[in-house]
Parts: sequence; structure tokens; C-alpha cells
Amino acid sequence: MRIHPRHTQRLAVGVLGAATLLTLAVLAFIIVFVLKKGLPTVTWAFLSGMPQDMGRAGGILPTIVASAILPLLALVVAVPLGIGTAVYLAEYTRESRFTRTVRFGTDCLAGVPSIIFGLFGFIFFVILLGMGWSLLAGGLTLGIMVLPTVIRTAEEAIRAVPTAYREVSCSMGATPWQTVWHVVLPNALPGILTGVMLSVARCLEETAVIYFTAGTALRLPASLFDSARPMSVHFYLLAREGLSNENAYGTAAVLILAVLAVNLTAYWSMHAFLRRRARKSC
Amino acid sequence: MRRRLDDVIARPLLAAIAFSAIASLLLIAAFILKEGLPFMLRVGLPHFLGTSDWNPQEGRFGIFPMIVASLWVTLGAMLIGAPLGVAGAVFLCEFVPPPVMRAIKPTVELLAGIPSVVYGFLGVMVLAPLIRTHLGGPGLSLLAAAVILGIMVLPTVISISVDAINAVPASYREGALALGATRWQAVHMVVLKAARSGIVASIILAMGRAVGETMAVIMVAGNTPRVPHSALDPVCTLTAKIAMEMASATGLHRQSLFAIGVVLFAVIMGLNAIALTVIRRRTRSAP
Repeated sequence: MRIHPRHTQRLAVGVLGAATLLTLAVLAFIIVFVLKKGLPTVTWAFLSGMPQDMGRAGGILPTIVASAILPLLALVVAVPLGIGTAVYLAEYTRESRFTRTVRFGTDCLAGVPSIIFGLFGFIFFVILLGMGWSLLAGGLTLGIMVLPTVIRTAEEAIRAVPTAYREVSCSMGATPWQTVWHVVLPNALPGILTGVMLSVARCLEETAVIYFTAGTALRLPASLFDSARPMSVHFYLLAREGLSNENAYGTAAVLILAVLAVNLTAYWSMHAFLRRRARKSC
Repeated sequence: MRRRLDDVIARPLLAAIAFSAIASLLLIAAFILKEGLPFMLRVGLPHFLGTSDWNPQEGRFGIFPMIVASLWVTLGAMLIGAPLGVAGAVFLCEFVPPPVMRAIKPTVELLAGIPSVVYGFLGVMVLAPLIRTHLGGPGLSLLAAAVILGIMVLPTVISISVDAINAVPASYREGALALGATRWQAVHMVVLKAARSGIVASIILAMGRAVGETMAVIMVAGNTPRVPHSALDPVCTLTAKIAMEMASATGLHRQSLFAIGVVLFAVIMGLNAIALTVIRRRTRSAP
């Protein structure tokens, strides 16, 4: 028996709608659940205090410091390399075997799982280059990890700058590099910033890489060669070893809020970029 | 003169920088292989991949149960994540007014920012007790890991599938509707066919995510290195094995963990290569 198309239409909309609602509900549940359990723990003393008794009591200040330093180190690596690659791909060359290889390599690098980055960072930075478990080794590994994100978003942002800008710049006698530096990059900046903020978020949530490369020391790091424990790893150890569920939820709440804030900045930046683009092209 | 110098330097410098991503990828592959390959040759692939006894202290390095576990966990995650994610993408693209869609897609992508350890923790605190009381078993199990991973890959599936569906020209839909098709007929007979390769790519990329995920899996899978007989058995995946033993491993034991890394790396690079070719074929054949 054939079902009337009107009924299959209704059925399809119902099933698809239910699946969508379920998805959104699950994802929303996770955030609400963690914030509800965690936020009561988050006080000024929790944020600014030193951990006591392996994190069972006290605050999470050193982990916040480590969570701030690691993404910054990663950006020091990823931003110049990423933007440089994007400028080369978008401004200095045509589509060729070389650009296809670079894109393929970038896409493959984006797919490498964090545990492999962790193994690599451990054997290369920690052991071979003798950095030991340190912020430096962790930051450098994270930098390689987020490189594809920076390259992709920067290239898109640069390609979105209207060709007319470049033509005007060149017609006034600017060299290609002057055009890139004074015209293209400033106009692509908000788009590039989006990629940078997404990279920061990725570093904040990352655990496996840091666990292998920066270690788990629960002190305030005195230098880049010190081992340190960011919020993600602290949360993992608290939760896994059952040290303190209360402090684990508290750390998770701070971590989630930090990642959401960074991601929101990224979207806001992208929207500012798109709005400005739309206005200028009219 | 300085300006001219800038320009002379810029091109070769940027070309060199453009190599950084490939160089990193090769460096990673080289170092994982350098640590892992000699071990594989020494122990022999049949022993390494085919036997079920893992006891590094006594020189037994069989990872068969971990391979089976990774396979099942990934398949399970896809059974949950792929239909839900694709259904969500289709609904958002075709049956919801564009402004709502524009609000929901970034929200879903924001949710991709939930750290994997948080997913794992919720698996332990919420999902595992549910499984234990309603289905039996220890709770921390293959099923729990599959469900958590299935949820974790949702944003990937939705985001890439939405892009693929949006890339289908509006004229395709209009043509189908003009012939008297209902909205759903137009979607499943025309739009989904046209967007198929992108949707397949999103699922393959999500598979790569699921195979490679570590921290969440360690927390919920139970980590018993035996071949599972049911979905309620605890399992230990390849990634979990590496992460749990790395801190204390030395010598041959450490090399064996890198050898597991080689296996993982090969599987995931294979999946990525397939997904990238599928995506590329689509972009080339697009009008």
C-alpha cells in the first residue's frame, strides 16, 4: 500500500523535528547540568585560591594561570605560521600542485587526533629537545595542533577582501607586500581573529595533548620550563581519581564558561566582519 | 630601498612558511613511526595485531581486543551520531525558517566547544548509573562509550552536513516542487541525492573523531582489555591503552604504545583521505 505523500511529509517532519529537538536537548542538558552543579562552588576564593590536598580543597588559581599561558604559547607558533601560509596561498600563488599539497596536508593535520599530537609532543619536545614536561613543550605542541584552524580561517578571511582594494593599492604604486600589509591584512583582521579565538577555545578544552607534554604539576609555574596543570587536566584528574566531585564540577563550570566566552567572541568577531563586508560592498 | 627589500624577502619567506603544515605532519608521522615501527618489526604484526594477551612485563603485546573495542565503539557512536546528526541537519536546512536556522547552527557549533573530559564525566555521573540500573552490567561499558561518542560527534556531523545541503542549488528544489513534489519528496529524492557526498564525508570525518577520542573514552569505557561479548561489557580502546600506560611506560613497553599510535595514525589518515577525496570530487563536479 502506498502512503499518501501528504502523510509521508508529515511523518518526515515529525521524525526529523524530534531528532533535532533531541540533539539540542542533550547538548543543552550537558551545559545546564554542569553549570547548575558547578556554579555554587565558584566563588572568588575558589578562583583566586591555591589548591590544597591535591585539589580536594582550596581553589584553582594555578590551573587558571596554566590555562591562560598554554593557548598564548600556541598562538605564538600558530599565528605567524598560519597567517603566513594563508597569505601565500591567497595572494602569492595560483592553484597548483603545490597549493593542493599544502591544502591536503593542512586538512590531514586537522584530522590528527589529540592523542597522536600528545605522543609526538612527548617524544619530540619533552624527550628529544630536552624541554621536559613543561608549559613550553605543551604550548608548542598545541601550536602545531591549531595551525590548520588558523590557516583555513585566515585564508577565507583574506580571500573575502574585495579584489578592488588590491587593484587600487597596486594602481597607486604599492608593491605586492605593501598591499598585503597595509590593505589586505587590516581588512581581513576580524576574520583572522575568529580563527585565533577558535584556536584558543580548542587549546582550553584540550586534555590529552597537555597531559603528555606539560605534565600535571599543581603549582604556580615560575617559568615556561615548569610543568603545569591547566583546568582541563585538573578537572580530569579530580574526576577520574574521585578526589572531589564538588571541585571537579566547579572547575568544569569555569572551563565551560571560559570556552563559551572565547567561542562567542569568535562569532561576534565574524559577524562584525561579515556586516562590515556587506556594508562596504553596497 | 627598504620597501623593495620587503618585497624581495616576502615571497620566498612566505613560501617556506607555507610548508609548515606539511612539515609538521611529516615530522609527526616520522617520529611516531620511528618509535613504533622497530617494535612492530621485532614483535611481528601477527602477534601484535592478532593475539589477545596484553602483558608488557612478560613480553606479550596482543592488541586484538583493543582493535575490536575501538571498532565497536566507533560503529556504535556512528549508529547514534550519524542518523541524529543528518536528521538534524536536514531539518534545520529544509524545514525551519532561515532566521531560526541561522541562530541554531552557531549554537550547535558553540556546543562543539564542550571539553571532551566534561562529556566523559557526565558519562560517568549520569549515563553509566542509568545503564547499570536499567540494563545491567557494570555501567562503564562499550554502550556508554558509544553513546557519549555519538553525542560528541553530533556537532561535526551537523555542521558539515548543513554546509553540504546548503550548497545544493535552490533551483534543484524549485524544480522538484514545481513538478508537484511535497517538500519531503523534494528533499529525499533530490536534495539528499545531490548533497550525498558531503553528508558521507561528514560521517567519515566524525568516525575519525570517534576513533581518535581519548579522554572521554577512558572515563566511560571501563578499560578492561578483553574482547567484549555484549554491549554492556567494559572495553579498552586503542587510545585509552596509550593514554593510561604512557606515564609509567619505559623501554619496549613505551615503544609498544607508540606502535599502537602507528595503527591509530594509519586508520585515521586513511579515513581522512577518503573523506577529503569524497569532498573534492563533489567540489569538482559542482556546476
